[in-house]
Amino acid sequence: MKHIINAIVENQPGVLARIVGLFSGRGYNIDTLNVGPCADPMLSRMTITVLGDDHVLEQVIKQLNKQVDIVKVLDLTSLRHLERELILVEIGAPRNKRPEIMDIATLFRAEIIGVRENSLTMQYIGTQEQIDDFLAMIRPYSIMDLSRSGVLAVSRGGE
Amino acid sequence: MKTDKETTAMRTGARCVIEGLEKVGCKVLFGYPGGAILDVYDELAKSDKIHFILPRHEQGAVHMADGYARATGEVGFCLVTSGPGVTNTVTGLATANMDGVPLVCISGQVATSIIGNDAFQEADTCGITRSVTKHNFFVRDVNDLPRIIMEAVYIARTGKPGPVLIDVPKDVQRAKTAVPFVEGFSRPGYKPSHEGHPRMITRLASIINNAKKPLLYVGGGVIASNTSDLVRELAHKSNIPVATTLMGLGAFPEKDDLALCMLGMHGLIASNKALEACDLLVSVGARFDDRVTGKISEFAPNAKIAHIDIDPSAIGKSVRCDLPVVGHLEPILKELLPQIHEAKREAWVEQCLKWKEEDPFTYPQSPTGAIMPQYVIEQIDEVSKGNALICTDVGQNQMFSAQFFRHNQPRHFLSSGGLGTMGFGLPAVIGAQIGCPKKLCVCVTGDGGMQMNAQEIVVAVEHKLPINVVILNNGYLGNVRQWQDMFYNRVHSSTILTQNNRPANEHIECEEENPPYLPDFIKLAEAHGACAKRITKAEDVAAALKEAFDSPKPWILEFIVEPESNVMPMIPPAGTVADTIRTFK
Repeated sequence: MKHIINAIVENQPGVLARIVGLFSGRGYNIDTLNVGPCADPMLSRMTITVLGDDHVLEQVIKQLNKQVDIVKVLDLTSLRHLERELILVEIGAPRNKRPEIMDIATLFRAEIIGVRENSLTMQYIGTQEQIDDFLAMIRPYSIMDLSRSGVLAVSRGGE
Repeated sequence: MKTDKETTAMRTGARCVIEGLEKVGCKVLFGYPGGAILDVYDELAKSDKIHFILPRHEQGAVHMADGYARATGEVGFCLVTSGPGVTNTVTGLATANMDGVPLVCISGQVATSIIGNDAFQEADTCGITRSVTKHNFFVRDVNDLPRIIMEAVYIARTGKPGPVLIDVPKDVQRAKTAVPFVEGFSRPGYKPSHEGHPRMITRLASIINNAKKPLLYVGGGVIASNTSDLVRELAHKSNIPVATTLMGLGAFPEKDDLALCMLGMHGLIASNKALEACDLLVSVGARFDDRVTGKISEFAPNAKIAHIDIDPSAIGKSVRCDLPVVGHLEPILKELLPQIHEAKREAWVEQCLKWKEEDPFTYPQSPTGAIMPQYVIEQIDEVSKGNALICTDVGQNQMFSAQFFRHNQPRHFLSSGGLGTMGFGLPAVIGAQIGCPKKLCVCVTGDGGMQMNAQEIVVAVEHKLPINVVILNNGYLGNVRQWQDMFYNRVHSSTILTQNNRPANEHIECEEENPPYLPDFIKLAEAHGACAKRITKAEDVAAALKEAFDSPKPWILEFIVEPESNVMPMIPPAGTVADTIRTFK
């Protein structure tokens, strides 16, 4: 099943490689990975989503926790948490198609952040499920470029 | 970490490395110089506190530091150059990492300005060693160096010990800093001291007190934490039989009635039977390696499993765990002991003793009258009066040493258990002898393993180390040959070390008769200046061992042994005690 893993790590080179190695060494592919500084600038938060066997991931998390420069690792999957992903997508939009596309944007509350003669660039934030729905709606149009941030997640009600 | 305002004179990074090593109590350093570490070596020559040993290969350096650390319980140190210097340490680091041996390895690196440019003798050291060390450091700024040296040693020896590498670029060695060395350690992600949860300890005491047929399963953690005495107290207070892993040999004296000796694939049948029959298995500093568990689904089928370990990731890794106690063995055992009731458990102890009597370690006689390798090990025990510090290589020599020497003292059986590194024995015994100059140190190796690091004989000779190397020469890579005989239809692919009878695609055309011994280990030893003798008859074994053991010189004894003897008993991989093979021909 899909797991969302949050890791608080020291903001240092080598940490990312260490984490990725523990997944790739077991033949696991990281679906999404997000890194950014925490409130404490010495620390970074990584949010990782990965598909995998529960038992194997439990072992990966224990191994992660063991690393000197990893402060804390949490599997949010079974905890109360909030998750969001951001997507930027540029869609081919000749003048006559614009109204329909903007209609979809309005329905999803996506933002138009760039306009060119023949294209629109939209920003949309949602859960992975919502993003999949949004993508399903715009896929019939010509997608010129697409970038997804990967999942960001926080646990609810403190740590 | 707080840095004091205390002022220190400016000194180079290279000076810092040596100062740091002196500060953390490094007495012996094993290493090999090279371009990218020359500045540190230049400073090293000025040290009057650090004794330097020059192995002839960096792999030897790490294994020596490892043998030193295992034998003394102190941190082992090595110092190597960049590129090939450090890639040669990888096997040694992985060996130490698997067995939880505290090492600090310092490597030179090309200057920061040319890193990533495919510079001469450049390798991505931190990348390469990341998965074979407990932790590694790349030093970008000389001002970090004093802190990193202190942290590295702290990390190496605390928690579950392990190897730590520090990669120091050449320009950092030459740059200057006034940052002082500061005691104390604070990293948010590394808090290795655990006392063990009191409630878990109480529950453990209660299930031990209520168990009818408990079994202690003792591993290398007991040796690493110096808690053999506490384990012995626990076993005796409550009359619990004790099975030991390969890494745990010596943690519980095998002369004790409660000792069931080694368990697992080549373990004593009694210990594997006890494992199957027990109603409570208490693992103390062991990690349920696959060579111990066999078929996981039928491991200790009737038992509750309690697991005491410093490493939370070891809990439930391969085997279900009913009661985990995470923490240091010493405080846990100390808190546990008063809560344990005295118990007799006569029937259970009796049963275990009976199993022990029924199936001792035995071996057949040679059909050709050749020396049996097991006999040589028994004689080492006999001649040394059980006092030898045994350092094994890997393979049959390792298993025979585990089975036929009675292990009664901790830190007297050194072996590459987890990684199974051939070539470990000789350099490790050199390190052990340097760490324990008064002890009778014996390396038991094979003709295969001996050739993997034979270049280190010279170190024993030049430092006048009274090591004793026992080569069990059977002309094969014996353990692999045994597996080929048992599981691969006796096809001896690449396992024949003599020149005759090799499979067709390995066949060697010999113009004339082959020399009887190739290599000639006696000439090899003598070329290095060691004493040597070849023994071919069983009646000469004891006398040869005695001569070597009594001598203050390094000795190489080559025993020409029965070529096709097998390590028995054997539970085949992923098997159970019911599948035990007792004899195989």
